[in-house]
Amino acid sequence: MGNLRGKLLPPALAIVFSMLLCGLALVISGANPLSAFGAMVTQVGKGTTLVDIINSTGIYYIAALAVAIGFQMNLFNIGVEGQYRVAAVVAAVVGGSIALPPGIHTLVIIIVGALAGAAWAAIPAILKVTRGVNEVISTIMMNGLAIGFSAYLIRRDVFGELRGNNIRTPEIPSSGWMPGISFGGSGTMFGFLFVAVALGIGYWIMMNRTRFGFELRASGESSTAASAGGVNAKKMVLVSMLLSGAIAGLIGLPEMLGRDHTFSLNFTAGIGFSGIAIALLGRNHPGGIAFGALLWAFLDKSGLALDNVGVPREIVTIMQGSIVLSVVVAYEVVRRVELAAEQRRVGRELGTVGGAA
Amino acid sequence: MITTLEEKPHVPAAPRKRKVPGWAVGLLGVAGAIVLLSVTSYQTGFLQLTSSGTTQTAVRLALPILLAGLGGLWAERAGVVNIGLEGMMIMGTWGAAWAGYQWGPWAAVIAAVVFGALGGLLHAIATVSFGVNHIVSGVAINLLGAGLTKYLSTLIFEPLSHNPRQSPPVQPFETYSAAGLADWLGELEQGQRLIISDVAGILRGLVTGVSPLTMLTILLVPLSYYLLWRTRFGLRLRSVGENPHAADSLGVKVYFHKYVAVIVSGALAGLGGAALVLNAGQLSYLEGQTGGRGFIGLAAMIFGNWRPGGLLGGAALFGYADGLQLRSGGETVLALVYGVVLLLGVIVVWQLIKRRWFSAAAAIVVAVLLYLLYISLDEIPSEFVSYAPHMVTLAVLAVASQRLRMPAADGVVYRRG
Repeated sequence: MGNLRGKLLPPALAIVFSMLLCGLALVISGANPLSAFGAMVTQVGKGTTLVDIINSTGIYYIAALAVAIGFQMNLFNIGVEGQYRVAAVVAAVVGGSIALPPGIHTLVIIIVGALAGAAWAAIPAILKVTRGVNEVISTIMMNGLAIGFSAYLIRRDVFGELRGNNIRTPEIPSSGWMPGISFGGSGTMFGFLFVAVALGIGYWIMMNRTRFGFELRASGESSTAASAGGVNAKKMVLVSMLLSGAIAGLIGLPEMLGRDHTFSLNFTAGIGFSGIAIALLGRNHPGGIAFGALLWAFLDKSGLALDNVGVPREIVTIMQGSIVLSVVVAYEVVRRVELAAEQRRVGRELGTVGGAA
Repeated sequence: MITTLEEKPHVPAAPRKRKVPGWAVGLLGVAGAIVLLSVTSYQTGFLQLTSSGTTQTAVRLALPILLAGLGGLWAERAGVVNIGLEGMMIMGTWGAAWAGYQWGPWAAVIAAVVFGALGGLLHAIATVSFGVNHIVSGVAINLLGAGLTKYLSTLIFEPLSHNPRQSPPVQPFETYSAAGLADWLGELEQGQRLIISDVAGILRGLVTGVSPLTMLTILLVPLSYYLLWRTRFGLRLRSVGENPHAADSLGVKVYFHKYVAVIVSGALAGLGGAALVLNAGQLSYLEGQTGGRGFIGLAAMIFGNWRPGGLLGGAALFGYADGLQLRSGGETVLALVYGVVLLLGVIVVWQLIKRRWFSAAAAIVVAVLLYLLYISLDEIPSEFVSYAPHMVTLAVLAVASQRLRMPAADGVVYRRG
């Protein structure tokens, strides 16, 4: 009853509400919201914007998948941010210092990234299962440490080198790169996007067609019921956290293998937190997440056009923030409304209309 | 923070009779810390460990952490987890700079408080009225706070400062020094006598260049303690954080108390932002200025076991480590490792007296490892010193998580009815 409506209505409401809010902010600051929005839409067709949007969608998609695995069992992996940073720097250092045939080299870098992400996630996971430490706090602390750790690894007396004004890790030889699909002047699509798609399919199969996915969702619905049904709660926490960390370890790789070939101080930060927002927006569903990632990427990349019409492009960050907050509020409101409707329906069927319900 | 059912401590430990009152424990701790630092500085030759300059820097750096921690304390005592402290602090920095360059430091303080409180109000609406998960709302507020300030500073600061990431300079507070006392303490500090010179150095740092904001912040700690633990309002507020259903059944307005707590929490975090902006070194809004201090405040609160006194200790410790690094670099911080080894030595003796063989052995192992670290390194890489709070917090959580006692209904969404 109203199942699809209940799923689609909240995000739609949230996006409309956020657009109105940002439109209002623009009007107050003396800009025309319609021309701003028009500039963003027409920007999609210009230059490399469309390809940039697709590339960035893939990156956000991986990030949101990493977060969603934890969310499925009420595990808040706030640490995706730190996990992908550490994984990226470790993968760059390893990739830049070994020589292997093409293909195998790339594969080794990907595996190293996943393992490094999982290892960084293992610390909060182990603290949680052995000492009962809440994962939110421990992963926040690990995020801080990740910044320090990665800054240390790219120091010039450790693994880094100075190139121009930028400190970075040694460049990965071309055998470790991942070829993309070139569109000439419109940019190059990262080859890693296929990995992202595969991850999405794998995620769907794991959640809906495997015993592990069932146990994961069961633990999320009710941990007591799951453990009564023979699910080992500690094992689930450990495995899902490591899996989440391993996927998080891949977030930095599309850019690294497809464009930068190194880890530098210009490394894109903040994708982990965007991933949290997108996973919430997409309700942990692989299709919903894809939509959310596309929306995020569109806002990010088309927002560049706003500077041309005299609007600070940071307005899109406000929009993203308000979408997250209003979407979770909208889900809650819709849930309450449906709960009340359900109670009324049950009341009617039991013939106690007009009762307390 | 949020716990699922099976993680909760099964039985609340029977209240032990305390032989020593809390303030005495605190004083003993301070005295112990000073003796430890003093001995360390004479053993290693790093006199900066207790110099007045270090103390002064430490106080300056500890203020934002302390305020963020107090913010966390207020919210979590009422059962609302506030990960959004960072975002509220960012809003505070913007508000402080915006009012500060136009109307002076007091306006900056007020604007920062108002901006932070607005962030708190948003968090309260989402978590209390709409029952949104506290972590989710906090993450959203962090995103929103960062985005809002970036937008506003491009809009308002850029035409004035020609830099979208920085505000025009803000007028600082006048600072006060107890002149005669400071001179006398300075003479003592130069005397190089064990303990006495160190105490003099630390005290001199505390009484030199004190701004009204520093005094206000320090006063807020006992004030928070008084309000939360010694008034009827505070009892109700804490009861809401321990068991909202029971509190409701006794007629306590649960929603009202949660709202007040979270708004105050935001205001305190915003004030922390003002402390950053009005910092003698910067005197303007800078993008990314908070640098995760909201989270460190949260860490200080956990370190202090959700109590104001412990929180003060945590903020002082984290500020001190930061200040030492800033003033005298990684070599001096390495000397602190030596101090920790000494401390562990004392703990080993204590555990042996108490016949806790396992803990004693564990402490010996850690002490030996740290000592090896101390003699093998020349300095602690600066990248790690800034993250000492994070490591200390993880260590405290790992070692003492069973002894930490957070509010029982912390992070639990409460719905009336």
